[in-house]
Amino acid sequence: MDATVQTIATFHPREDGWFTRLFDWKPFLVALCMLPAAGLLLVFLTYPLGLGIWLAFTDTTIGQPGHWIGLENFISLFNDSVFWMAVTNTIFYTASATVGKFALGLWLALLLNHHIPFKAFIRAILLLPWIVPTVLSAIAWWWIYDPQFSIISYVVVNVLHLKTNYIDFLGTPWHARWSLVVANIWRGIPFVAITLLAGLQTISPSLYEAALLDGASGWQQFRRITVPMLMPILAIVLTLSILFTFSDFQLVYAITRGGPFNTTHLMATLAFQRAIDGSELGEGAAIAVSMIPFLVVATLVSFFGLGRRKWMQGEGND
Amino acid sequence: MTSGISRRDSLILGGAALGAIGVPIIGARAQAPTPSDVPMADVKPPEFPIEKGASLHVIRPAKFIDPDQVYWDINTKRFTETTGIPVSVNYISWEDLRPQTAVIANTGAGADIVFGWAIDPFLYEAKLVGMNDLAEYLGKKYGGWFDIARLYGTRWKTNYWHSLPIGGGTGPTVYRISWVKQAGYDKIPNDLDGFMTLCQKLKQIGHPCGFSIGHAVGDANGFCSWALWAHGAEVVDPEGKVALDSKETVAALKYVAELYKYMIPGTIAWNDSGNNKAYAAGDISLTFNGVSIYYVLKNSPDPTLQAMAKDTMHQAVPQGLAKRSPMTAGPMNAMLFKHSKYPNAAKEYIRFLMEAPQYGPWLAKCYGYWSEPLKSYAKMKFWTEDPKLAPYANAMDTIYYDGYDGPITAAASAVVANYTVVDMFAAVATGNSTPQSAIRTAVRQAERYYKS
Repeated sequence: MDATVQTIATFHPREDGWFTRLFDWKPFLVALCMLPAAGLLLVFLTYPLGLGIWLAFTDTTIGQPGHWIGLENFISLFNDSVFWMAVTNTIFYTASATVGKFALGLWLALLLNHHIPFKAFIRAILLLPWIVPTVLSAIAWWWIYDPQFSIISYVVVNVLHLKTNYIDFLGTPWHARWSLVVANIWRGIPFVAITLLAGLQTISPSLYEAALLDGASGWQQFRRITVPMLMPILAIVLTLSILFTFSDFQLVYAITRGGPFNTTHLMATLAFQRAIDGSELGEGAAIAVSMIPFLVVATLVSFFGLGRRKWMQGEGND
Repeated sequence: MTSGISRRDSLILGGAALGAIGVPIIGARAQAPTPSDVPMADVKPPEFPIEKGASLHVIRPAKFIDPDQVYWDINTKRFTETTGIPVSVNYISWEDLRPQTAVIANTGAGADIVFGWAIDPFLYEAKLVGMNDLAEYLGKKYGGWFDIARLYGTRWKTNYWHSLPIGGGTGPTVYRISWVKQAGYDKIPNDLDGFMTLCQKLKQIGHPCGFSIGHAVGDANGFCSWALWAHGAEVVDPEGKVALDSKETVAALKYVAELYKYMIPGTIAWNDSGNNKAYAAGDISLTFNGVSIYYVLKNSPDPTLQAMAKDTMHQAVPQGLAKRSPMTAGPMNAMLFKHSKYPNAAKEYIRFLMEAPQYGPWLAKCYGYWSEPLKSYAKMKFWTEDPKLAPYANAMDTIYYDGYDGPITAAASAVVANYTVVDMFAAVATGNSTPQSAIRTAVRQAERYYKS
């Protein structure tokens, strides 16, 4: 202590209570902040998923509790031709609808990337098929495909006189399948187009200018610049699109309910029919659970097959 | 919501409801006049001492035609005025009703009474209050129960009533009189060959028939069941064994395959509204359906549709080889759950609804949409005033039901819900399968349901 400084008061910081120290402890804070989100996920995602998987191994029906029966549901499904038809239908539906959506979506995105008149307006109405609730658009498609009241048939037969009979959209298996694929493509294009458009806009125009100076043709520009730069977003959109299409329910249920004689049943609609309409919850759950391996494979292929590190994290990250 | 509604309030509510709907009734008096055309025996009703502070929560299927709900509500309000017991009625969509019933049964909470479908009373029998006292009283007073009402109200082959049938809906032949006459017939032939020829001629004059063989839960199952029963075939025999593999089934399949050629194209894609739409558009001349087609046409403001209603007639479905017309009438049953705090009040409510001053007007104004389970109500004047309603008058006088002729179990509903029989017919009719292989597939599927 020297003579020029006088101690008037000494400040003793108060000892931190256990409560305060707890809230200062980082792991606890992290857990606390994650709790709401984790809670929601646990209640609305993990619990139903776990319950569904458990139900698949029981013989629960609507109205009676069930007992554990192990793999019996899966064994009986293995021998069920309708189940395998639903599997092949789902794979066909997903594959063809995804190819259609991506081809048309990418083309639309490329078109919209240029300066065209009413660009903003077109981009807005492009989203309409996606925003309209699926059930409503499914019912609209149901009318379009109706055997007696189809507008397409009306135009072709009564206006243009190209055919004499109304078109049978939903009466034969392959007609019905392709009709549903078309409806799904119509509904799914906006999602792909808008997302790819966003991706296209991140590609720096200086790349295209440099390519033009080097004398690259349009196709070469597309192949060498657009496609690689778009890969990260393409992988993500592809994964999501496959997941959504594979588990599609509303479109098929509203238009054909799985008919004619089960040839348009997807795994989701068959699971619903067996579980809710037919009261066999265990069997329906088993069908739903059988979707999981396919979805996991699709996700893995998308992520690791397409997502090479450069593509996953953008160029420059070799 | 349901507590604290005084007599005065319910009178005002009733008046307001009626004023809003504009349906003329005799007035929300507590005692309604007894209809004069319902013969009844002089039987003392059973005593149900009402619990103190009772209030009821009831769920029933949603209406398809307005009078169903309007008159049910009028009857319910009258019950509240007479007894002071508030009742809340929820109208649930048909597809949601069975899962909701399952939840109520399993959780022991929710409604006191469920007016439900199909085999639900059999599934939940252990959870329901026995209805013998009510059933015997009503049967004695109103001329007895029809066969299918007894079949669905009692435990299989016993006299124990687990639920009370309220009414049923059936699907006879609906046809255009002028077009059938143009094809050379005054009424629909009752034999199979005659029916086929009629349909052939109808197609020749450009007004074909149409029956759904797609995934239409009511119409397609109804039509395919008729095809089986009219040929003497059945899904299950009285012991509960699947009996589809028979020459009668093959005959039925071949019949429908030929009939399909004379139908309007595309019925395989029809759901339950398909034949309604086509009939109202004048595209088909003949189909099987409930009274909904006729009702909509008759009450339409459009003069074209009204003319169509005048030209429409109903007839019981062709008998074929069966001893009586093979129509079934899906009954709606009142199930009183054991978890209800006011079982006496509930039974009194059901009894009140089934008595002539309430049931009579409801039945009459529903115009054949519901058919009665008690024989006296078949004698009401309105059945004969409009001759077109004749097949609905005795709809519950049938022995045919889903899963005929075996015991009524969950398996019968599962077969209907999964379209086992419908898909069998559809596969053969479209030429995608031979009768034998379609039967094999259907038998395999049906056996999976019936073995458990």
